[in-house]
Formats: sequence, structure tokens, C-alpha cells
Amino acid sequence: MELIVNILLGIVIAATPLVFAAIGELAVEKSGVLNLGVEGMMIVGAIAGFSVTIETGNYLAGVGAAVVAGALMALLFGFLTQSLLANQVATGLALTMFGLGLAALLGQDYSGKAAGNFPKLDIPVLSDLPLVGALLFGQDYLVYLSILLVIGVSWFFRKTRGGLIIRAIGENHDAAHAIGYPVVFYRYLVLLFGGACAGLGGAYLSVVQTPFWAEGMTAGRGWIALALVVFAAWRPGRALLGAYLFGGITILQLHSQGFGVEVEAQYLSMLPYLATIAVLVIISSDRLKVKLNAPACLTQPFRAAT
Amino acid sequence: MNGVPDPLLRLEGIARAFPGVLANDDISFSVNEGEIHALLGENGAGKSTLIKIIYGVLRPDAGTMTLRGKPFAPHRPSEARAEGIGMIFQHFSLFEALTVAENIALGISPELARGDLRGRIVEVSTRYGLRLDPDRMVGDLSVGQRQRVEIVRCLLQDPRLIIMDEPTSVLTPQEVETLFETLRRLAGEGCSILYISHKLEEIRALCDHATILRGGKVVATCTPSEETARSLAEMMLGETLSPPATDRRTPGDVRLRLNELSVEADSPFGTDLADIALEVRSGEVVGIAGVAGNGQTLLMSALIGETLAGRPDAIQLNGRPIGRMPPHGRRKAGICFVPEERLGHAAVPDMSLTENVILSARVRKGLSRNSFLNLPRAARYAGDVVARFSVKTAGIDHAARSLSGGNLQKFVVGREIMQEPSVLVASQPTWGVDAGAAAFIQEALIQLARDGAAVLVISQDLDELFAISDRIAVIAAGPPGRRPHARADRPADGWTAARPIGLARGGGARPCLGWSRGASPQGRCRC
Repeated sequence: MELIVNILLGIVIAATPLVFAAIGELAVEKSGVLNLGVEGMMIVGAIAGFSVTIETGNYLAGVGAAVVAGALMALLFGFLTQSLLANQVATGLALTMFGLGLAALLGQDYSGKAAGNFPKLDIPVLSDLPLVGALLFGQDYLVYLSILLVIGVSWFFRKTRGGLIIRAIGENHDAAHAIGYPVVFYRYLVLLFGGACAGLGGAYLSVVQTPFWAEGMTAGRGWIALALVVFAAWRPGRALLGAYLFGGITILQLHSQGFGVEVEAQYLSMLPYLATIAVLVIISSDRLKVKLNAPACLTQPFRAAT
Repeated sequence: MNGVPDPLLRLEGIARAFPGVLANDDISFSVNEGEIHALLGENGAGKSTLIKIIYGVLRPDAGTMTLRGKPFAPHRPSEARAEGIGMIFQHFSLFEALTVAENIALGISPELARGDLRGRIVEVSTRYGLRLDPDRMVGDLSVGQRQRVEIVRCLLQDPRLIIMDEPTSVLTPQEVETLFETLRRLAGEGCSILYISHKLEEIRALCDHATILRGGKVVATCTPSEETARSLAEMMLGETLSPPATDRRTPGDVRLRLNELSVEADSPFGTDLADIALEVRSGEVVGIAGVAGNGQTLLMSALIGETLAGRPDAIQLNGRPIGRMPPHGRRKAGICFVPEERLGHAAVPDMSLTENVILSARVRKGLSRNSFLNLPRAARYAGDVVARFSVKTAGIDHAARSLSGGNLQKFVVGREIMQEPSVLVASQPTWGVDAGAAAFIQEALIQLARDGAAVLVISQDLDELFAISDRIAVIAAGPPGRRPHARADRPADGWTAARPIGLARGGGARPCLGWSRGASPQGRCRC
């Protein structure tokens, strides 16, 4: 029993950074922009969050710094792709490499230091319930925030005028412009949101999950988050499900290594990534369905006709 | 007040320049309450710029506008909408993956979008006979239904002036008739309509007044019903035009045969092709008529070889099965193509004209040998095309995108015709080009057929098809569950341009066009 709870707790902790990064990127892609720089924004968020937490001893300040750092990275991406009309794919790749390098530079003095434990929700009685207590009422605050974000984004896109406008811009930016919506302005807003979410996901790694700083510690999670958005067919609920699926596989393969399963550890480590590919192939086998869900203007640069 | 009411909208001295062009030059006219006012002019005459200024998308460099006597200078479309100006776009500003209600909500002010929007959509659409289901996905609607969405969206805002930019270019004749009834009714209720078109017969039938633009200037104003289509055209063009001559030719042997061609669409809102059967003979021009979205794109793609047919013998060229051959193999076998989109499909925008001839004429004109390009030869060929088709360009080493629409289209058509194909397939060969270039291109297509080639023209412009075709076939989607069996395939002479559909209905063949309304994407097509 104890073991199952531990595994489940591990899954939540492994999945949460993916939830943050994926939900942010999902919103960005809904507006018709593909930001491949998620990995870079995450790692910059990770070092910003970690360093500020160490320097100030304040977790809130640390998380805030990660949000700002991620958003600034996204702002750079937005300036290049939205204002200067640079190619989104190339710019996104460059942003990832830039972020990895920048974080390594900033993090030189922080290797080996450790942050304390992130505050957790503590409701008398409820949090002390056996088994479900720790799982449902004893998580750190960011876990609840990630779930609320997913619900919020889903609600925003389905129920609000702002969400409808962003979906419309992702679907046909020329028409949106002709009706009179400021396409580039909305895309900047969504990009900032996406960057903030990625930064938050990075901070979750360095401040909550481990909590210490190591170079390249995002280890491809940004790419997984990008894959999740496609796997989820641009639906927030499915992105959450996907994040927990991949988190689950990551944790299970770790535990199975612990049990001494007769498979080389390297193969088990591949498992979450292989699952990503497999799921993507299966999902995208129905081309019509994917086309229907995908924002039609994804990666297309928008230039207002004069 | 001196007894004469102010006009609804008055423009005085409106001017707007773009780099290198004066799009609007000192334009003045006015639109009265309840009037249907035509704005007539060729492509590039400045109509689009002018309506963008009225709708607040662009701002004028000089000049003033007054609305009901008050100064009017909208900075944004929302400001124009707040003043009661509505706009029906030429290329619909709709979102395919959203529902009708969502599309409408996006186009009106947030205050209007609140509350029971669906109920009001149903109410307005019923009142004007424009039936609409608010919960349907726009991608599933026919073109005529999509225009209804735009009109209902406009009407929900209680407009005083509706601007319509080429509203009939994508409609069936029946849909045009319905649209005109709606417009006359609106005008009767006091709403003014600014109607932009270059279709002269429509303007004569519908509009109370016309302002004619040429080269950014107002060149004439008139009462269209007192003019003839010819006199309107001459005012619009500033020159006299002779219609393309079509003497009847005796068709030779079958060059291109579509044998029960069926292809499935690869996009969620595409139309499948089902059992298309058609023959094109040497020496004749065959037109394929049909409203946009009835499978023309897929048919073109299957003919070019971008989408392969299921069976090789579904497409036969001179008796040879080419249904599963790639595009270059087909060119080699003797069939050339003019796709609908000039920039991006028929020509690569950023490549020079020389490079663009290599892309399509490499095989037939021997512009490469052992994988090496023969550039001098390609340049010579490009030069020949430019000379013979009087393409206005700064030089063959300039990028394709630097050419104007009409000139690039002449270049593309010329590039294909000068390869001396056995069969030429052209999709919308004169779409969006000026009348002079259009006449030139039509003449060239007819000449090609006269020289013995088989020419297949896919077009939504019925007037064009009547002008150049020997026979016309119709591509249309049938109602779900019923497969159309009609072959509306008859000599072009058998139809008159005025009421082609009415005549076809009276004849033996069932017109496919009658089914295109309410066509679903699952609908099937047949010639």
C-alpha cells in the first residue's frame, strides 16, 4: 500500500512540470504559433527560480522570477517571429539552444547547492488521512495550481470571447484581421502566457522536484511537452491526461529498475520517449481528425495586408 | 436644412497612395438612404482600397467622409460597425472549424454577442429567408450558405449601409437571385447598399446608381439601367474590346478521357470525386462549370498527378493510362497544366522567370541534360514566352512575385502553351486578372485548340465558359444518399448566358447545379 502511494506521489511530481509546459504551449499553438523553444524557456525558468529562491530564501519570489524569466524568453521569441516575421521553427530551435546555454552560464555558481522543501498544502485532519490524505490534500501548492491552470485554459477557450478570438486567430488570421482583431497583439499575449507556464514548469523541476540545480536538468521535458500538445489534439484535458501518462511511465520504469527487472536500464529509460513516439504515430494515423483539430494557421507568419 | 436630405454617406476628395501607386485619387461620390449604389471598376481600379477606407481598415491620405451629415473617420472596423456600416467580404472572413454562431459572435460587438445570440440568429435569418443552423460547423456549409452567415452577421448589427465586395462571384445563378431579393428588400427598408462588382449585367439588374472607377479615379457616374453592358464596360476599361471569336471546329480524336475517376479528399472539409466521366477531343475547348468547393480543386490535383487516382486507367491520355503517373511523367506524355493559384502553385514567387520555366518545361523543352541545367536555353525559352505573350516585366531574371497578376498569369499560361502540349488543363485561367489580360489568355486557349490540342478549362466564371467552350460539363455535389446520374454535358451553344440553368432544366438532362445547394462534404461529384 505504502509503495503504491509512493508511486502515485512520484507520478504527480514527475507529471506536473509537463502539465505546466504543455498547457502553455497548447494555448500558444491555439493562436497559430508554434514555439519550439519550450525546452529553453523551461531551463531558464529553472535557473531563475532556483537562484532567486536560494538568494532570497523566498519560494514565492523564486517562482515569480521563473514566471518572469520564461515570459521574457517568450517575448524574445515573439519579437523575432511576430514583429520581424522570422521563421517560427528556426527561431524556436534557436531559443532552446540559447536558453540551455544561458542557463548553464547563470547556473555556474549554483551547482551543488540545495533549496529546502517547498511548502505543501496542510489541512488538519484531511491531509493526515491515511493513503488519500497525502495524495489529495498533501501536495505542494504548485500541483494544485497546475490542475487549476488546465481547467482555466479549457474554460477560457470554450466559454469566453477572448478564447474564441484566439481560436479564430489560430484558425484564419487573415479573416480575424479583416474583422478587426489585432492578431499580433493577441499572439504576443498568448506567447507571454506560454512562456510564463514553461518557466513555471522549469521552476517546478529545480525548486520542488529535486530541489537542486544541474546543467541541462530539463532533460528533454520541453520536447515531451510539445509532443503532448499534439498527442492531446490541442485539448487541455487530454494534455493533462498525457502528462500523467508519461509521468507514470517514467516513474514505473524507475521502480522496475529498482526491482531488478531483467532489462537493460537504458531500454527502460527509453520507454517514456518510445511511448511518446508510439502514441503520436497512432494518433496521427487518422489524418483527417488531426487536420480538423489542428489550428489551421499553425507556423504561418502573419503580415497585415496594407 | 434646405429640404434636401443629406445623403447617408458622402466622400469628398478621398486619396490614398501606396508605394509606387496612387490607389485612390480625389474620389468623391455619395450614397443615399435606401439606395443600391454600384462601385464598378477593373481589378486595380482602387475599389478595394476605397471600401477599406470606408470600413476603417485603411485611412485616407487626404479627403473627408461624412455620414448622415456628420464627419466620419473610422480608425478601426469596429468604429465603422458602431456607426452602422456592415461589410460582406469577397473572400469570406469566416473560420471553418468554428460554428455558425461562434463565427457570428466574432464579427459583432461584445455587447451584441451577449444573451440569446442563437435565438436572434434564427430570428433574423428566418425574417429574410436566409435559413441557417447556428450550431453547424462553417466548414460543412456550401459557399452560398457561408455568404448567408456573413449577411446575417451584418444584419444583426442593424446596419444603415452594407458594403458588398463581389458577392456573387462564388454563387450559383439561383443563389444570386435569392441574394438580389434580399438586397432589394433591405433597400426597401431604408438600408443602403454599396455594391462592388465587375459583373455588368448584375449591376444593370440591381443597382440604382453606379460610380465607375478607373486607375484610382472616378471616371463616370451613371444610372446602370439606362446603359448597356457594353457601354458600361467601355466606361470601365476606357477602351473598346472585341469578344473572343469562337468559330465551331470539328473535334478530332479523344485526347483526354476520365474513366470513372474517383478520388477521396484528404482534408476534412474537402469534397470527394465519384465516378467522373469526361472526354476531351483534339481541337475542342471543354469547360467544367460548377460552384467553388464542388471538387474542382481535387479534380485538378488528380489531373496534375499531385493526388494519384486509384486505377491507372481512370485517367487516359491518348489512350495511355496515366492515373498513377507522377506530374513529370504526365508532362512528358503530353499534358500540361495551369493551376488555379498563380503565386505558390503555378509559379514559385521568389524564383526568377527563368527558374520558373525550368520547373515546368524542363522535360518537354529539354532544359536540362544529365541532371545539369541548360541555363542559356532556359533563358531563351523564358524570353520567348515573355515576347510572345506580351508579358510586362523588368526582365526574365526578376522574381515571379514582381509581376502583376495579369502579367504573371500570361506568363504561366504562355509557359505551358509554348510546350506544345497534346492536352492543356487550366483551372480558373483568368481569375482576378484585368479584362485585357483575360481576353488575351482566352484567345490563346482558343488558338491552342484550333491548332489541334485538347483544352480543358475548369472555371467558376460561366460567362467565360460560354465565351470560349465548345462543350460544358458541370461538376456538382449531389445530396447525401442520392447519387446524381445526370450528365450536363452539351454544346455551349445550347445554353444562353442569361439563364443557362433554366434552359438546362427544361432540357432532358438534369442539371447538377441544382443540387449544389446544401451539399454536404460527404456529397459526391459527377460530371
